[in-house]
Amino acid sequence: MTDELSTLKSETAAALAACADLRSWDAVRVGILGKSGRLTALLKQLGALPPEERRQRGAALNVLKDELAAAIESRRAALEAEALNAKLARESLDVTLPPRPAASGLIHPISRTMEEMAAIFGAMGFEIAEGPDIESDWLNFSALNIPAHHPAREDMDTFYLPAREPGGRRRVLRTHTSPVQARTMLSRTPPFRVIVPGRTYRADHDATHSPMFHQVEGLVLDRNITLGHLKGCLIDFLRAFFAIADLPVRFRSSYFPFTEPSMEVDIGWNRRTGELGGGGDWLEILGSGMVHAKVLANCGIDAREWQGFAFGMGIERVTMLKHGIPDLRPFYDSDIRWLRHYGASPLTPAILHEGV
Amino acid sequence: MKFPLSWLKSHLETEASLETITSTLTNIGLELEGVEDRAAALAPFRIARVVEAAKHPNADRLHACTVDAGDGTLVSVVCGAPNAHTGMKAVFAPAGAFIPGTGLTLKAGSIRGVASNGMLLSAREMGLGDDHSGIVELPAEAPVGVPYAAWAGLDDPVIEISVTPNRGDALSVRGVARDLAAAGLGTLKPFNPAPVPSAFASPVSWRVDWPEYCPWVLGRTVRGVTNRPSPEWLQRRLLAIGLRPINALVDITNFFTIDLGRPLHVFDVDKIAGDTLTFRRGAGETFRALNGKDYSAGPEDCAIADAAGVQSLAGVMGGEATGSDAATRTVFIECALFDPVRVALSGRRLGLTSDARQRFERGIDPALMPAFLEAAAAMVIELCGGEASEVVAAGAEPNWRRQATLRFARLQSFGGLAVPPDEATAALERLGFRQVSRDARSVTVSVPSWRNDVAAPGALEPAKTLPAGQVAKAAEGRAMVEAECDLIEEVLRLKGLDAVPAASLPRAQPVPEPTLTPRQRRTAMARRILAGRGLAECVTFSFTERRVASLLGTAPGSLTLDNPIAADLDQMRPSPLATLALAAARNAARGWGDLGLFEVGPGFESPDPEGHRLVAAGLRIGRTPRSWIEPARAVDAFDAKSDLWALLAALNVPLDALTVTAEPPAYYHPGRAGVVRQGPKTVLATFGELHPRVLAGLDLPGPAVAFELFLDAIADGKRRRRQAPTLASFQPLRRDFAFVVDASVRADALIRAARGAERALIAGVALFDLYEGEKLTEGKKSLAIEVTLQPSERTLTDTEIEAACAKIVSAVAKATGGVLR
Repeated sequence: MTDELSTLKSETAAALAACADLRSWDAVRVGILGKSGRLTALLKQLGALPPEERRQRGAALNVLKDELAAAIESRRAALEAEALNAKLARESLDVTLPPRPAASGLIHPISRTMEEMAAIFGAMGFEIAEGPDIESDWLNFSALNIPAHHPAREDMDTFYLPAREPGGRRRVLRTHTSPVQARTMLSRTPPFRVIVPGRTYRADHDATHSPMFHQVEGLVLDRNITLGHLKGCLIDFLRAFFAIADLPVRFRSSYFPFTEPSMEVDIGWNRRTGELGGGGDWLEILGSGMVHAKVLANCGIDAREWQGFAFGMGIERVTMLKHGIPDLRPFYDSDIRWLRHYGASPLTPAILHEGV
Repeated sequence: MKFPLSWLKSHLETEASLETITSTLTNIGLELEGVEDRAAALAPFRIARVVEAAKHPNADRLHACTVDAGDGTLVSVVCGAPNAHTGMKAVFAPAGAFIPGTGLTLKAGSIRGVASNGMLLSAREMGLGDDHSGIVELPAEAPVGVPYAAWAGLDDPVIEISVTPNRGDALSVRGVARDLAAAGLGTLKPFNPAPVPSAFASPVSWRVDWPEYCPWVLGRTVRGVTNRPSPEWLQRRLLAIGLRPINALVDITNFFTIDLGRPLHVFDVDKIAGDTLTFRRGAGETFRALNGKDYSAGPEDCAIADAAGVQSLAGVMGGEATGSDAATRTVFIECALFDPVRVALSGRRLGLTSDARQRFERGIDPALMPAFLEAAAAMVIELCGGEASEVVAAGAEPNWRRQATLRFARLQSFGGLAVPPDEATAALERLGFRQVSRDARSVTVSVPSWRNDVAAPGALEPAKTLPAGQVAKAAEGRAMVEAECDLIEEVLRLKGLDAVPAASLPRAQPVPEPTLTPRQRRTAMARRILAGRGLAECVTFSFTERRVASLLGTAPGSLTLDNPIAADLDQMRPSPLATLALAAARNAARGWGDLGLFEVGPGFESPDPEGHRLVAAGLRIGRTPRSWIEPARAVDAFDAKSDLWALLAALNVPLDALTVTAEPPAYYHPGRAGVVRQGPKTVLATFGELHPRVLAGLDLPGPAVAFELFLDAIADGKRRRRQAPTLASFQPLRRDFAFVVDASVRADALIRAARGAERALIAGVALFDLYEGEKLTEGKKSLAIEVTLQPSERTLTDTEIEAACAKIVSAVAKATGGVLR
């Protein structure tokens, strides 16, 4: 390479290095590669040279052209990167600032428990039945073998409404979800399996009783359902609900007007620590039994053909046990601090394959 | 039902431990409530002799005692009791003992320079009463060194069980003993009271004018009695179960009630006017019962009357006027049988509970009445002296005899446990059932007189809507099955339900059908959507204060409770919004005034089932959260509308088909709330700002915005196959228009007009600006919309675009009078 070309190369490199921005860089580019640029001028002179010298000079100029073009392009890329970096530096934020506020809502523990019950009993083939909170005396009591004089009526502290039904009796706020048993038997033909979660009412108000609370009722009617199925179904439910595979469950003879035999169901726990499962103590958790022949007959079902079991349990009670909630009254107080503490995320509904 | 172990053992010959007895009680359906073992707390206390009680050298009111507690050494004890004296027998607690009455553990130490290594106890310090006037002084013969509890007979655990309403027979110590014996815990001692000879004709006799209430009554006079305090064994038993001993005659009746489940009444013959006691309907007379209160005997109550008037309420409570007292010399013992239902209704009407009523209304043993009366007369004579008259009676023993049949196979096919026929029969016999006949398949037994819960007649109350044929067939089924179920229950009860193997429910289908109905699914979805929008779910009471119900809807009298538990919980709420608003006010009062709540629950329009509405209600109060990014602002009607719209969209309600009108219910701000309808009639929802009057009435600081969605108004969606979407291959065009319209023009009229201007081409209309202000003339506003044009065949030409825009402008002008700004 002649000195002249070397000079051009080194001067170009110096000029490029001196460029502070794309505008000055463009001036350098035009000064070298433009129509009247220095390299363009040298290329134009080629034609005047003798053939041998022209070939050599041409080859040298082509090499130089490639080199200069590459140098110019690389400088452009470098300048652009610098400019971008400078822009980004100007744009920087304090990323430790808090994000946009988003209030997170939640599902009440009672609803959550009802969902879990629907999921577990649903897997056992149950449907969900419903009935009104204001019931007729017949559905709440008489149909269920609780006649007017029955001592159980007094135990139940019933709320009454003035409205009379055709029979002349006052309507009641249902004292249990059991009237839906009768509703189901009257509106459907066996076999069926239903649970009935819902609001119930008793005139009782203290630290462990609320005038409104929730129960879930269960009713299974079929041809060959035995007391063994009652035990199996409830043990299966309790172990799934409390997620304790070997939860001890005990059945004790008892009495309810609407079932016979009747039994109360206890689960094992530790009275001292409140821990469920072991500990050697028993905690009463629900009532159950084989549907009473009189209840079937009152609802027009022939007890020679159909038999089955029913159960009822307090939703607040199992919720308190499952989550270690110490106190009943805050369930209905809607204290936002309590709701946020015990509420469930709406994005994790009770789905068996995700675990309840 | 409470009884000390020793009382139980007076009927039950058993070697079983207390623990076996209590766990068996629970297993056979006589659930253990608790065992009170008074001896446990008294274990460290021993009988001691005060060898010397000298005056304390440094304190006027204290004694320096030397005590011999029987262990060979003398203990120095400082005692402050005024009655401490040399030579007395007292109860001694050594250092280290826990004192129940003070809750403290005793420490050895010295009091004013004299060593005190124990304590002499008062009754209160032992937890045995209120007496704290001095230390307990025991009789001179009390043996030194012996545990006090054992000597005083307090080492007798008291068992308490809960008896279910069907088991009247177990409301007696004998009944409990019988069940335990049947369960294999020992032998029931025989009950064969010897006849008491009759010495004279009874001066008092019975007359029954109301045999339906009192089918049978026996009576017997005992004359020459001396009513004195009961002997110690009887007093001790009554005290153990919390009954105060009064005098022997009263104590005898209490004893029979608890011991045999046989309530008796004892009249003082000298206080009876005339010679006849008559069972009859009350006639409104006022009568003073043994509890000192006055009751009025109505026509459905059964009075026992003498010539002077009502002296007792049959089966419920005796009267003060003819009761026995210390001066009583002649008594007339009543041993009667009453109709359980009538006793229950009478007692409930009068608001009178008694041990007698509790037993009569559950039914008592009708067969053993004569034996019970013999036993009662014998006990009166034993404790009070005297001689007995003949037995006088009215009415006759009713026919209580019933039979029941058990098919052995049903133990397995109903009870889930194949109990061998011999075992099942033996269990029934142990309970007092008598075998009448038996073959390979079944056994027929007679029901014992005390088990009125087994094979009980009891009428059906079938649903009135059922066809007669179905009722008859079902009644026949019940008649065949019920008594057998009673027997299965008895066999399984004694066997223990733990013996029944658990069997999981057979699967109805390999994969179950959906559990929820579409309506239930919508309810669950509503909860999730609203919680997902930041609202907290509440569960509030279905009743509230009538004033609050009126503020947020209506409060009809038909929905006012007859017997509310509190004055502010007397009215069924018209909507969950009423109780949610109270919940928000409570939170605001606690300092949490910016929040959102919701509830999905019932509102009540009428007491009929159709009057229950399932409502999803939401409420936001206060301001949005403060943030450095965007300023906080007060919640407004459109927050409520946004919540509502999100909910409607999630429930697949077609939003375009909804109409919103500004005629909200009165509890909303009249100009800032709306009613949402689907079609001309169906009201789906309401939303908006709450009326300032409501806020003031609830002490709810504003602003507060709410919505209510009536879930029952949403129809089940049809499950249709969706068509494949048309995904146009041409870019959409977007054009903005600003129209000046009268301020009264509703935005949705303008949007609808624009959307309808060229249906094939217009894919969407979005309102993005509302301007009212000084740049426009008074009474006008500007609404700006962005219209999306979606060509489907080819790119639109300028001419076509202009034509479409012109159509939009003219459609809007026609519908709203709006002109391009």
